[in-house]
Amino acid sequence: MGAHLPATEFDGTAVDDQREADAEAVMGEPPAQMVQLLGPDGKLGLDPVFTPYAEKISPEALRGLYADMAAIRRFDVEATALQRQGQLALWVPLTGQEAAQIGSGRASQPQDYIFPTYREHGVALTRNVDLAELLRQFRGVSNGGWNPKDTNFHLYTLVLAAQTLHAVGYAMGIQRDQKLAGASGTPDTGQDAAVIAYFGDGASSEGDVHESMVFASSYNAPVVFFCQNNHWAISVPTNVQTRVPLSNRAKGYGFPGIRVDGNDVIAVHAVTEWALEHARQGKGPVLIEAFTYRVGAHTTADDPTKYRQSAEEDAWRAKDPLARVEKYLRSEGLADDGFFAKVKADGDELAAYVRRTTHDLETPDIRSAFANTYAEAHPLVAEELAWFEEYAAGFAGEEPAAAASGQPAAKAGH
Amino acid sequence: MTTMTIAKAINEGLRATLSRNPKSLLMGEDIGPLGGVYRVTDGLIGEFGPDRVVDTPLAESGIIGTAIGLALRGYRPVCEIQFDGFVFPGFNQITTQLAKMHARSNGNLTVPVVIRIPYGGGIGSVEHHSESPEALFAHTAGLRIITPSNPHDAYWMIQQAVECQDPVIVFEPKRRYWLKGDVDIESPGPSGDPFKAHVLRSGTDATVVAYGPLVPVALAAANAAAEDGRSVEVIDLRSISPIDFDTVTASVQKTGRLIVAHEAPTFGGIGGEIAARISERAFHSLEAPVIRVGGFHMPYPVAKVEEDYLPDIDRILEALDRALSY
Repeated sequence: MGAHLPATEFDGTAVDDQREADAEAVMGEPPAQMVQLLGPDGKLGLDPVFTPYAEKISPEALRGLYADMAAIRRFDVEATALQRQGQLALWVPLTGQEAAQIGSGRASQPQDYIFPTYREHGVALTRNVDLAELLRQFRGVSNGGWNPKDTNFHLYTLVLAAQTLHAVGYAMGIQRDQKLAGASGTPDTGQDAAVIAYFGDGASSEGDVHESMVFASSYNAPVVFFCQNNHWAISVPTNVQTRVPLSNRAKGYGFPGIRVDGNDVIAVHAVTEWALEHARQGKGPVLIEAFTYRVGAHTTADDPTKYRQSAEEDAWRAKDPLARVEKYLRSEGLADDGFFAKVKADGDELAAYVRRTTHDLETPDIRSAFANTYAEAHPLVAEELAWFEEYAAGFAGEEPAAAASGQPAAKAGH
Repeated sequence: MTTMTIAKAINEGLRATLSRNPKSLLMGEDIGPLGGVYRVTDGLIGEFGPDRVVDTPLAESGIIGTAIGLALRGYRPVCEIQFDGFVFPGFNQITTQLAKMHARSNGNLTVPVVIRIPYGGGIGSVEHHSESPEALFAHTAGLRIITPSNPHDAYWMIQQAVECQDPVIVFEPKRRYWLKGDVDIESPGPSGDPFKAHVLRSGTDATVVAYGPLVPVALAAANAAAEDGRSVEVIDLRSISPIDFDTVTASVQKTGRLIVAHEAPTFGGIGGEIAARISERAFHSLEAPVIRVGGFHMPYPVAKVEEDYLPDIDRILEALDRALSY
């Protein structure tokens, strides 16, 4: 399916070649085929399955996809700067993965529910999450800065792959909602919903990914597994996680697996829309492997120079997801200098908004942690809160810095 | 009043829940046509169908993880873990995800998942089938843990667990599954709050706190002590998290002596927590140190020697002698 691209994971070391030969021997076919519609040269190719989906993307929509990618890249730069300036404890950059995230996120429908891992800032943008809210977690003022019920974009999950099971369970709930609605004859808005579970090449080794695919397969759950293979799990390359293309693993679970050029926003959008349609139609799960690259560090605490060559990074920069869309839009006369200037200005405005808002993100009162540990009243929590109140009251009138808890009594009224 | 076993009482409690709440469902290994390895879900798949009594793949993390997703979609999953020692593949989902979801969402999300775990020894089984891991979960904020010791409580507590907005683990005393007792299916009566301890027997010389499988042992020990003229108060803790310290404190203020008995190892266990809290709350009432009766600091031993490991009547009486010697 799709354009057949070189199967190499890492451009041809002997070890890679041997692994691929092994994989081909086992599977009886070339191990890696990758769907690509818009190449790095900005030329649009054809695919018998996915071109019809790509054709649904209007010029205006394509300009929108570009604008989204540019916005989230600018946001990424700003968030990295905020971390360097001490405004954030940590940042998890996404640069290089814009097409994988924007393309898939924009293919989702409002009634769909998204379970991200922790790098899906681009998907968050497509789900209308306030990007300043997204920074709460990295500023240390919340473990989840947004209400998932508002956007159907779940909280970030830091324990790798745990969310893939939540996604499958959620999809099993959608199936039951459909039956309950059918039984009662009442139309249930959102009953044609599907779920996307994001994870990465590193997390693909976690047992929860295996279990989630087994459950999804057993119950034919309407879930799309979206694996961003960004080639590096912190310092460990993908070929330590797998000796076959990750998309091929779907075969073992009995559902389709598709490797898509994760730097091609048109192909990612088309493939994801196809997969969501597949799930919505009751045909079960799909695994999408978006073949992409983490151009930056794993987090702002990481140093990629210790484990990879700059030549590799340069090779991937040549496949930049934004540059190819710009080439296409310009060559087809679909966008002019004015458009790109506007995109840049909008990005700067977003960055300024995020910077301004981050400074103003208020530090919560620890009382909210007492309040939210349990949904129902809990005697131990009440007892410890009462103790804390009495203790904090002992600092009344002192300068805030004098309070031992870091939550001085002076803040009690906030 | 109806007489039934604990296993049957849980079965009836689940049946009542499934009948009442269309969003409730059961999930677990072999819980469908087989009715579970202990037959606790016997007959339910026939009544409610495979979408509500779900035989799952053999994967505990998968069971808990998908239950979390179902709860996020508005469902009330009741998961069965086949044996105590097999909960650990699901431990990550329980402690890092289920327990924290409400807190980390700033209260926006609730995950009312119930996890049923048959626990404890005394059935002569192979390894991993006789453990009491409740302290590992009690240490995790966000979870509630209850354990019935009789059929009436079993019938009501499983239903109360499903109705709770928080995740609840129900530890079921597996060697008491066949214990019979009266169940009032019309009213929970004094069992209306699953997080309250019950004083089962009044006494003045010492208090014995037990829960789950050791409650009948504690009552038998109290009876034996009575023959020696010692008046022992027995408390069925019922809830391990939260612990009803008010009831325990009031008892100790009356008796002045406290023994806590559980099958789990004493080191780092629930008994230690109770001893510490009671020493803070009732220090001036205590006539003796709080004494723990429990398992040893070893992996649960092989079946042929488990009688030497498990607290029994004599172990509780020995502790009582020590408490009364001060």
